[in-house]
Formats: sequence, structure tokens, C-alpha cells
Amino acid sequence: MKIIKKDDLDSFVDYLIGSDPREVVGVKERGSKYAFDKLKSSKELRLDYDVTILPPKKYLLPQRETLLKFKSNDKIKTEPVNEVNGRIIVGVHPYDLIAIEQMDRIFSEEPEDPNYLKKREATVLIGVNMKNTSERCFAGSMKTAFTQDGYDLMLTDLGGKYAVEIGTEKGKELLKKSGVALADAGEEDKKMIEEKKRSLTFESKINFEPSDLPELMKSNYDNDKFWEENADNCYSCGTCNLVCPTCYCFDVKDLMEVTLKEGSRIRQWDGCLLEHFAEVAGGENFREERAQRYRHRYMRKGLYLHNRFEDIACVGCGRCSSQCVPDIADPAEIFNKLKEGKI
Amino acid sequence: MNKTPYLPEDATILKITPMTERETLFEIELENGNTLGHQPGQFVEVSVPGVGEAPISISSSPTKDGNSFELCVRAVGNVTNILHGLKEGDNIGIRGPYGTGFPVDELKGKDVLFIAGGLGIAPLRSFINYALDKRDEFANVKILYGCREPCELLYEEEIDGWKERDDIEYLETVDRCPEGVCWEGNIGVITTLIPGIDIDLENTYAVICGPPIMYKFVLMELDKKNIPDERIILSLERHMKCGLGKCGHCQINGSNAEYYVCQDGPVFNYADIKGFEEAL
Repeated sequence: MKIIKKDDLDSFVDYLIGSDPREVVGVKERGSKYAFDKLKSSKELRLDYDVTILPPKKYLLPQRETLLKFKSNDKIKTEPVNEVNGRIIVGVHPYDLIAIEQMDRIFSEEPEDPNYLKKREATVLIGVNMKNTSERCFAGSMKTAFTQDGYDLMLTDLGGKYAVEIGTEKGKELLKKSGVALADAGEEDKKMIEEKKRSLTFESKINFEPSDLPELMKSNYDNDKFWEENADNCYSCGTCNLVCPTCYCFDVKDLMEVTLKEGSRIRQWDGCLLEHFAEVAGGENFREERAQRYRHRYMRKGLYLHNRFEDIACVGCGRCSSQCVPDIADPAEIFNKLKEGKI
Repeated sequence: MNKTPYLPEDATILKITPMTERETLFEIELENGNTLGHQPGQFVEVSVPGVGEAPISISSSPTKDGNSFELCVRAVGNVTNILHGLKEGDNIGIRGPYGTGFPVDELKGKDVLFIAGGLGIAPLRSFINYALDKRDEFANVKILYGCREPCELLYEEEIDGWKERDDIEYLETVDRCPEGVCWEGNIGVITTLIPGIDIDLENTYAVICGPPIMYKFVLMELDKKNIPDERIILSLERHMKCGLGKCGHCQINGSNAEYYVCQDGPVFNYADIKGFEEAL
């Protein structure tokens, strides 16, 4: 573990912005909230943020990305496209790093998805431990408030200086190349990190072990009354899907230029809460009821993806609950109610 | 990892055979000259650049002569409507084949009872023709086929051939026959054909494909016949957007398991999905 002074960290970030060929993005203020966006200067970087509007998945699985391009002359030519843009992402919280690790497993499962994997390969993740937590974040009880892996570099604010944990060779090289001044961390620094971690508090939590979730969800699949009551105010808007760091479902569609000579096949974020998600061409909809779609999302988070990858696919970031207009999408509240047998 | 699974193979429409007002049979060949290499029951993603992709089950048997394959397409969405406007010689894209096929090896030596409703005959035909081409490999073959009206019957000429064969039993029905239409066959929903057929309980597999509502009633009839769930095979329709088990659209779930129809299906053993609220 290394120690870097606050000023030197700023210089390091400015060096990356100025000298590294990759795009440097980080957490910036946006109105009264925070968002990952392109950095022009280290001054814009807010490592004390609580949560960003969207998770950094937008860089690895963009809202909309091109898969193929078409060109039509005599015959239509189709070319594969993979818009890989090397990128350094600064200030990723542990729960988002854990979500990215889950996405890595999903997209590297056979058949591999090169559009995700190439972007992932070209990405450097500089994490930061949480200094502030958002009102709805329950990462503490989900065991996602800290992580030992999934980052290239990991920062912890120690007041005037940062601890730097080196996760990968890629991270180590980045520091070395920049020539930034680093000191070795002493016992005091390590103690201070532990102290910072211990003092991190969360206003929201689940009241049981996250490893109990798969069984809990399984035993409540047929709890129709629960799902119907809780989905009663759901707008089927899909916001909870869009802001979720582990939601990755997508739609594939074609777009044509006005000339009709060129076009592209794209994929874009989709959401299982949206009414037509499970509909087929003939009009049959296999999750027609709002409660079925609402349940599906929680089942994906707590059970289905666990069955497939052994991951609990809710990392407790609290984005879904804070951005849900009728405020019915708080996983901590839903999981706790299920555990307590309430409606 | 460099080759993208989203890139379709170039293919040519060799032949177009209109079948009904809504359904057309397309004979397609890959431009690289290869056979598709499919199993009965698998599907492909048909790509019309600029319009999109649609998952369509393969309607021909891999035992068919030549390198081409056939898709029976109902004009019902963007891609399928555009397909219906294409001409012989036009190009399309093909991805696949995807999914599990019918378990043809498991069914060798068995009696096979095919039950098709409406467009369900399209995927089943890939297996029916396979069984007819390898007739010795299967014991009794019975085919039940039902449509809403006589004008909706598909593969009429081919079925005339099935009717003449004495090594299979073929029964058909229509739900109703409008006045003035000539129809000498059975009238009634497909389930009315089931009670009258002889089934060797020890040796029969039922292979079903049709609209969701048909499954419900056919399964009830098969239950009355005491055919065990493990020997009922069915093929499910979903709108697979990627075909790679990623996009999430075709996921079906029960309290005990979940499947991605594009990879784990579209062919399922009924015992594996029985009780799944989202399956049928």
C-alpha cells in the first residue's frame, strides 16, 4: 500500500488527462447530484460523492451502442462494429466495482460478448472507498461496501492524503509512468484506513445475511399477494432497471440514415419492468402483469443470477429506490419485509 | 473474441412459396456454400439490414437434399412483413442455428406422436421430415395437426404425401369451417383428436408445438392418456433478441429453476418446465 498526498493525486489525475491517450472520466457534480463524466481537470473530480445518478456500466455497456453497420450499393454490405474507447474511470465505489465484476462474468460466459469484453479490457478502474453514503445506500449490510479486487487502483481518503492500493499491473504501470511521488504506507496509515472503514455508516440496511437471499426469494416466488400489493403503484417505467449497476438486459434494433443508404444495428438498454419486455410478435406477453414483472426484477437480483453465477445481483447502491418516482423499488425494504413475513 | 456473434452470415433466398394469406415458405442458402448444420427444432435469427432481426424456427429437416434450409414465416412483425415483400434471389442475413433441438436420439426406437397447432407445424416439420427420412429409426409415427380454418393449413401438398403413406398415421382437424368452404375432414379443436388415438404407454413420446392456449388443453388430454411428463417434448416461442443467453428477453422462470429459451430451449422436456408460470 502506498500513500499519495492530495496535491499529488490531483497532479496524477491532471497528468492522466493531459498525457494519457485514453479518455479520463470521473465523478463530477451535476446540479445537486453527481455523475461520471469526462474530466477536464482534477478540480472537477469529487471523490467525496455519495452516489452517482448512473453507475459506470454506461461506459462498458453504453445506453446505445452499434453492433453492425450497413452500407447499401448494389448489394448490402454488413460490417461488425465495436466502438472501443480506451478509458480511465476515476472514483468508482466498491459496490460498483463488484457490479462490474458481475457483468464481466455475464459477458464472458460462452458465447462471449466481444462488444462488452473489448471495452472492459480497454478500461482502467480507479476505485475510491466511500467517504459519504447516500440515504438509500445499504451496501454495508450487503457486504459490498468494500472490496479486495475488481480495481486497478483503489484510493482511500485519509484527510490531506490518500492511501493507494495497487490491484493490478495495469494500475502499477499507470502510477510508475506518471512519476507521481508515493510513500510507503506505515502502520499509522493502515490503522487510519481501518478506522475510516469502521466509521462508515449507512442509513439503510437489510436485517439479515445477504447469503440468505436466494432461499428467501425462492420461498416467496408464489407469494402473489406480496408482489401484487407492492407492485400496485409501479409505473412500469423501468427506471429501476436503467439506473441499476447489475441490470444488463438489452434490446437489439436497426436504425437507418435518412438517405436509406446506410444504417446500423444497435443494442440499447432495456428493462424487464417495461410492459412489452416479454412479448412475442403474435401479441402473447409472458409477463403481462405488473406484479410478475416487479417480482421478476427482485428474483433476478436475489435468486436467478445467483443460480447462474453465484452472485447476489443487488449491490445495495440504492439508486433504484432513490430514483423510483412512486418510491416502491427499495430492495432493502422489500427484502426486509419478505424476511419478516410482512406484506 | 474478435469475431462478433452478432454478425450474420450472408444468405440468399432461393425460392419463395406462398402458403396462406399470412404464411410463406422461404428456401434459403448460405452464400458460403455451407449447410446450416442444424438439428431439428433449432432456430435462426433472420436479419434484414435496416429493419432488424427475428428469431424463426427452422422448418426443414437436416436430412433434406441440398445445402439449403427452409423457414415458414408468418407476416406478423416488422421483419417478417418485410421478408414477405422480398423476391427470389434477394439477400438476407442468418445467425445461428441456436438453441436445443428435439432430442432425436433419445426418441430413436420410440413411438412418436406429433401434435401441431397452427404455425406450430413449422418447427415440428423439421422433426417430422427427419423421422420420415429415417423412418426405420422410429417405431409408430402419428401426426395430429389442427388449424382454425381450412385456409390456414400449411404444407398442403406435402401433407397429401403424408396421407398416402401407410407407415404413418396422419389426422387433421379445423376448429371451424366457414360456409361454402369445402372440407371433408374433422371439425373440432385439436384436443378432440387425442382421445381416439391408440397409445403404447410404455413407448410413446408426444412432441408438441402450437400457441400457448393449445398447450394448456393438449397437456390436459395427454394427462388423461397417462403419458408421463418426461415423455412430452415441447417447443416454446419467445422473442429472442440476441440468441446468446444475454439480452434477457427469453428468460422463463419457475420457483425452482430458470431457463434462457434461446440457449436452454426452445425445445424443452415438459417435466423440466411443468408448473412454470411464465412458460406456457
